[in-house]
Amino acid sequence: MSALLEVEDLRVTFPTRSGPSEVVRGVSFTLGRERLGIVGESGSGKSQTGRAILGLTPPPGRATAARLAFDGIDLRNASPGQWRSLRGIRMSMVMQDPKFSLNPVMTIGRQLMEAAKRTAADRAEAKDRAMAMLEAVQIRDPARVFKAFPHELSGGMGQRAMIAMMLITEPDLLIADEPTSALDVTVQIEVLRILDRLVTDRGMGLIFISHDLRLVSSFCDRVLVMYAGRVVEEVKASALAQARHPYTQGLYGCLPRIEGSVRPLPTLQRDADWAL
Amino acid sequence: MTTADIEPEGRHGALPPWLLRLGRLLLSLVFTLFGLLLVTFVIGRVVPIDPVLASVGDRASASAYHAVYLKLGLDKPVWEQFLIYVNQVLHGNLGESVLTSRPVLDDIRDVFPATLELSTVAILLGTLVGIPAGVWAAVRQGRLSDQIVRILGLVGYSAPIFWLGLLGLLLFYAKLGWVSGPGRIDIAYEFDVTRVTGLMLVDCALEGQWPAFWNAVSHIMLPASLLGYYSMAYISRMTRSFMLQELGQEYIITARVKGVSEARIVWVHALRNAAVPLVTVVALSYGGLLQGAVLTETVFAWPGLGMYLTNSLGSADMNAVLGATLVIGAAFVTLNLLSDVLYTFLDPRVRRRG
Repeated sequence: MSALLEVEDLRVTFPTRSGPSEVVRGVSFTLGRERLGIVGESGSGKSQTGRAILGLTPPPGRATAARLAFDGIDLRNASPGQWRSLRGIRMSMVMQDPKFSLNPVMTIGRQLMEAAKRTAADRAEAKDRAMAMLEAVQIRDPARVFKAFPHELSGGMGQRAMIAMMLITEPDLLIADEPTSALDVTVQIEVLRILDRLVTDRGMGLIFISHDLRLVSSFCDRVLVMYAGRVVEEVKASALAQARHPYTQGLYGCLPRIEGSVRPLPTLQRDADWAL
Repeated sequence: MTTADIEPEGRHGALPPWLLRLGRLLLSLVFTLFGLLLVTFVIGRVVPIDPVLASVGDRASASAYHAVYLKLGLDKPVWEQFLIYVNQVLHGNLGESVLTSRPVLDDIRDVFPATLELSTVAILLGTLVGIPAGVWAAVRQGRLSDQIVRILGLVGYSAPIFWLGLLGLLLFYAKLGWVSGPGRIDIAYEFDVTRVTGLMLVDCALEGQWPAFWNAVSHIMLPASLLGYYSMAYISRMTRSFMLQELGQEYIITARVKGVSEARIVWVHALRNAAVPLVTVVALSYGGLLQGAVLTETVFAWPGLGMYLTNSLGSADMNAVLGATLVIGAAFVTLNLLSDVLYTFLDPRVRRRG
């Protein structure tokens, strides 16, 4: 099976007053139709990695790579037209907080239709698909949500609508950037379950970006651990306990355990060498 | 769960939220107008102008002076004077102008449409050019076209309008002959048009007097463009900054991820959101223009409110000044109300809050 996504030596640089600052420093990985988790603390470059794959590095930032290919298509010099035929149709992204990632003055329906129309033959078909998709993310009253504005929905509902919007064209690759971090804990699991089912059923590739190690390990096949813009370790999700890198071990050691409490609470030790 | 997730509709019972909101706005309008009356009344009392002297002249006898003093009700307590004033205004009586010896209201009825017409054409020009220019500048931030819009805006905002007006008259009227000169219409047409609304363009069109209509257009073109240029400068700067703010929002990234075209992202997604604060900017600019652009009206001999107000001030005609101030204030407050109502249509979040 050929890889869906190949990333080699990906670097994202932002110019600052004190010279260019590299926030992603040579990330490499390949992705098949599998679920890959990227974990790391804030500022480790995990979100910028996801955005760079979609060509959405915010200016004045710049992304470079030795190889960045999606299904054999070189993304590094893709034209705006090529990007438009990929984004939304073959690759898409679910973002963190539906409060900000949905356009506040457009109804959910209109925003959904924008995505649906890209692959549907006509308006009627797009509308049918939008409704079906809202049902697929377990929204029980799709007609009502279709007409609602984002602020009229709860966080969980908004994020379902977002997932519906991003999966309606049945893309091959989905990047989920902290898709549940802004949600209540009770809703998180539900939204994740929906996401998981849709991704598995459609055989998509998934990059799941999170700071939550436990979530990632229970949800993904493989985990990349990022620290200071680099991948410090790649482990099988099931073998996280056997991780070799001290940073991963530290992260793992900090997870709260139900049986018995550890006092003092473990803290994360950082070594300046890891960032080199 | 699905229904519980959506906020309940119509919490206030049968009345739709927008109607309640409208009612609340109208109520606040009444209070504001009342406050406005109080302010104009106080101004009328504190300015060092003797209203009796202004109307009888300084060579009147003491008895004539006293008669007018009583007639104006100046012997009564201040609060009673205020009630009389409010009562008069509510009955459409703004007093008599010393300068024209006509009721102030009739005077204003004559001059206000001229200002209204000029300001309306100007704000239309300013908005129709200013918003696209601002959007363009925002999209091409930092590039040459952004700088050009910036410089044009800066010139429009900082060059004195009477100077631009005189230059414009010299170039487009005297040298090139593209537009007509001062005034609202050529004298040849002046008595052909019956006054219906007082808006020259509308009156001509209503009667089907097309030669007169086009003549009026060529008269209004230059002053309206100049005033429009001035508001364009402001509107384009504000549009640019609102657009930059919107284009940095997360939902823009969502639209990009969906593969929405760049044009649609800018003109539909971002501008639709930027339009909400822009309504206020346009309404305030319009309100500013409605006060009567004194300098422009003077340069172009435009018989509008600004000119009326300056003439009245020059001859200490307090009734006319206060009456005109009241009209300006009312126009401003009404515009604010209109922009609030427009908000309701543009921003669904406001609509819902009721």
